Amino acid sequence: MLNTFVVYVEDKPGVLARVAILFRRRAFNIETLTVGRTDVPGVSRMTIVVDTDEQGALRIEANVYKLVNVLRIQNITGSDVTRDLALIKVAITAQTKSRVEEIANKHAAHIVETGRDAMILEFTSTKDKMDQFIAALRPYGILEMVSTGHVAMAGCSQASHHSALLIEEVKGSAQGIPRSV
Amino acid sequence: MSTTTAPQAQAQSPANEKMTGARILWASLEREGVQTVFGYPGGAILPVYDALKHSAIRHILVRHEQGATHMADGFARASGKVGVAMATSGPGATNMVTGIATAMLDSSPVVCITGQVGSKFIGSDAFQEVDITGITLPITKHNYLVTKAEDIARTVREAFYIAQSGRPGPVLIDITKDAQQASCVFDWEAAAPQLPGYRPDLSPSRQDYEKALELIRASKRPIILAGHGIILSGATQEVCKLVEHLDIPVAVTLLGLGGIPASHPLNLGMMGMHGEAWVNTAIQEADLLIALGMRFDDRVTGNLNTYARNAKKIHVDIDPAEINKNVNVDVALVGDLREVLRELQPKLESTPKHPEWVQYIGQLKGDSAVRDIQNLPDSGHLYAAHVINDLWRETSGNAIVVTDVGQHQMWEAQYYRHNTPRSLITSGGLGTMGFALPAAIGAKVARPEAEVWVVVGDGGFQMTMPELATIFQEKIKVHIAIINNGYLGMVRQWQEFFYSRNYAASPLVNPDFAKLAEAFGIRATTVTQRSGVVPAIREAREHDGSMLINFRVEQEDTVYPMVPAGADLKDMIRRPNPAVDTEMEW
Repeated sequence: MLNTFVVYVEDKPGVLARVAILFRRRAFNIETLTVGRTDVPGVSRMTIVVDTDEQGALRIEANVYKLVNVLRIQNITGSDVTRDLALIKVAITAQTKSRVEEIANKHAAHIVETGRDAMILEFTSTKDKMDQFIAALRPYGILEMVSTGHVAMAGCSQASHHSALLIEEVKGSAQGIPRSV
Repeated sequence: MSTTTAPQAQAQSPANEKMTGARILWASLEREGVQTVFGYPGGAILPVYDALKHSAIRHILVRHEQGATHMADGFARASGKVGVAMATSGPGATNMVTGIATAMLDSSPVVCITGQVGSKFIGSDAFQEVDITGITLPITKHNYLVTKAEDIARTVREAFYIAQSGRPGPVLIDITKDAQQASCVFDWEAAAPQLPGYRPDLSPSRQDYEKALELIRASKRPIILAGHGIILSGATQEVCKLVEHLDIPVAVTLLGLGGIPASHPLNLGMMGMHGEAWVNTAIQEADLLIALGMRFDDRVTGNLNTYARNAKKIHVDIDPAEINKNVNVDVALVGDLREVLRELQPKLESTPKHPEWVQYIGQLKGDSAVRDIQNLPDSGHLYAAHVINDLWRETSGNAIVVTDVGQHQMWEAQYYRHNTPRSLITSGGLGTMGFALPAAIGAKVARPEAEVWVVVGDGGFQMTMPELATIFQEKIKVHIAIINNGYLGMVRQWQEFFYSRNYAASPLVNPDFAKLAEAFGIRATTVTQRSGVVPAIREAREHDGSMLINFRVEQEDTVYPMVPAGADLKDMIRRPNPAVDTEMEW
């Protein structure tokens, strides 16, 4: 099953390589990995989605936890709000332009740019809706597509913390990661 | 034998005086208590070597950078302190890779320092430039690329802290040449580690302790599996206490040997592929495994599907990533072993003992003894087991023995009975040929008062043989017992068992090792008869310097028993004995 991890890392050279090489070395296949800044200076945040079972997820958590530059890892699978942003360039003709626009509107996609024979659509969604949207566009000819991969955070039903506090808590803590067996 | 002198922090400068990065490096190493560095100079590390004159640290010039890392590793394993190796950029750094991986797999605290081309040249494929932090990323606990003199002191502090805390391991510091040459203020106090994400201080939960206690109290046939962790955490006394208090037999891994005295009545000996039959049988018939500081390596478990099927399992380890990696366990206690055992001990006061179980295992032992080579009639042939057994007797089991990998390593584990922690130093996880000779040099430097013996095969010896020159130049006294059977012995054994005796590329045509040693200025002799073993060992022990003994042993001898890779632990190949076997198995 797909497991979603949120990883806070120190913003230092080579951190992405350390995380990526760890997954390769331990033979886990990364479905998507995104990395970007947080509201805390010097701290970056990754969303990593991996297809693995429960034991595999625990091993990933433990191995990532051990990386010196990793501040915190959370498995938020099940409680996560996940989004994927895609830019899709679709072929259009005078005949098909209005139909593509219709599909875009129906899926609440944003038309970014319209040219003579192509149109760029911006679409933010979950994976399932993304698949449906792409399937609807495919007959018209997808010329180019890029997606960010999943970005995720725990939903509001989870106890909410400011991420800076989470990181502070880690810095002062001698507590280990939970090891429920 | 010259011993190391205490550093007097000569490289320390008056407050606020600027120093070069190179001097700061030596001063930082002194502050970490380093007295010896094993290294090899070259272009990109020359500023550091130039500054060595300001330091009281002893530098030992090796003959190959792999040797430097193994020496640092041997130093660390013999002493429990961090070992330090140094090399230049490019090939100097890549030559360290095998030694770093060896230290990683066996959780040995080593700090490797490499020179790097100037920071402006990084990425330009400059002469002797290699991305050593990239290369060593998966084989170090952590590594650093330092491009500023200001960062050197803090990096050294962090590296030493990371190397020896939690589960120990190697840390590499790559320092650019311009960082070595630039000057800045050396302020050790201000250079405190900044490691917000590094939390090696895990401890188990109350509930996990309770679950473990329940399993121990309910067990009728418990067995303790003791690994390297019992030595690394300094928990050997606590383990012995637990063993004695609960009357639980204990099996040890290769790297756990010496952690529990071999003479201890409840110590069954080594488990796994070349463990004795009674040990593996006991594990397979146990109803509870208490694994302490070990990682269920495949050489220990055999077939995972049939491994200790009826046993509940408690796993105590400081590394959370070891839990459920190979063997799924019922209770995991993640934390420092010594602290965990101190927590458990008082709560086990009234736990019943297991006399029937211990007695049963005793019977299994008797069955195996008839096959022991020590009990076979003397055929006039020289067997490695005889050599090692005689070495054990002659040294009263008090030497530090350093082995390589292969048949001799297993015979050593079987026939040299180690009674003290850190008295066996061997490459377990990575199984590195060429480890023994340099690691022994490191061990002797760490513990100059100890008698150090290298037990090494004729194949592995030739991999790092040039370190004989290091022994001579640095006047280091280690004795070398080459178990010379003219084969890559373990390869030959596998070919005999599993490849229809097709001895492809395993026979060795060797140089005359005794003459070779003499050319290096080291006394040497060759022994071909059993009667020659003890006199040669005595001669070495009485000799002032190092001595090499070339033991020409039986060529096609085999390590028994053997559990073939991936087989059930009970499916072992036993030593044939005409007195008890009606037909030969092999």
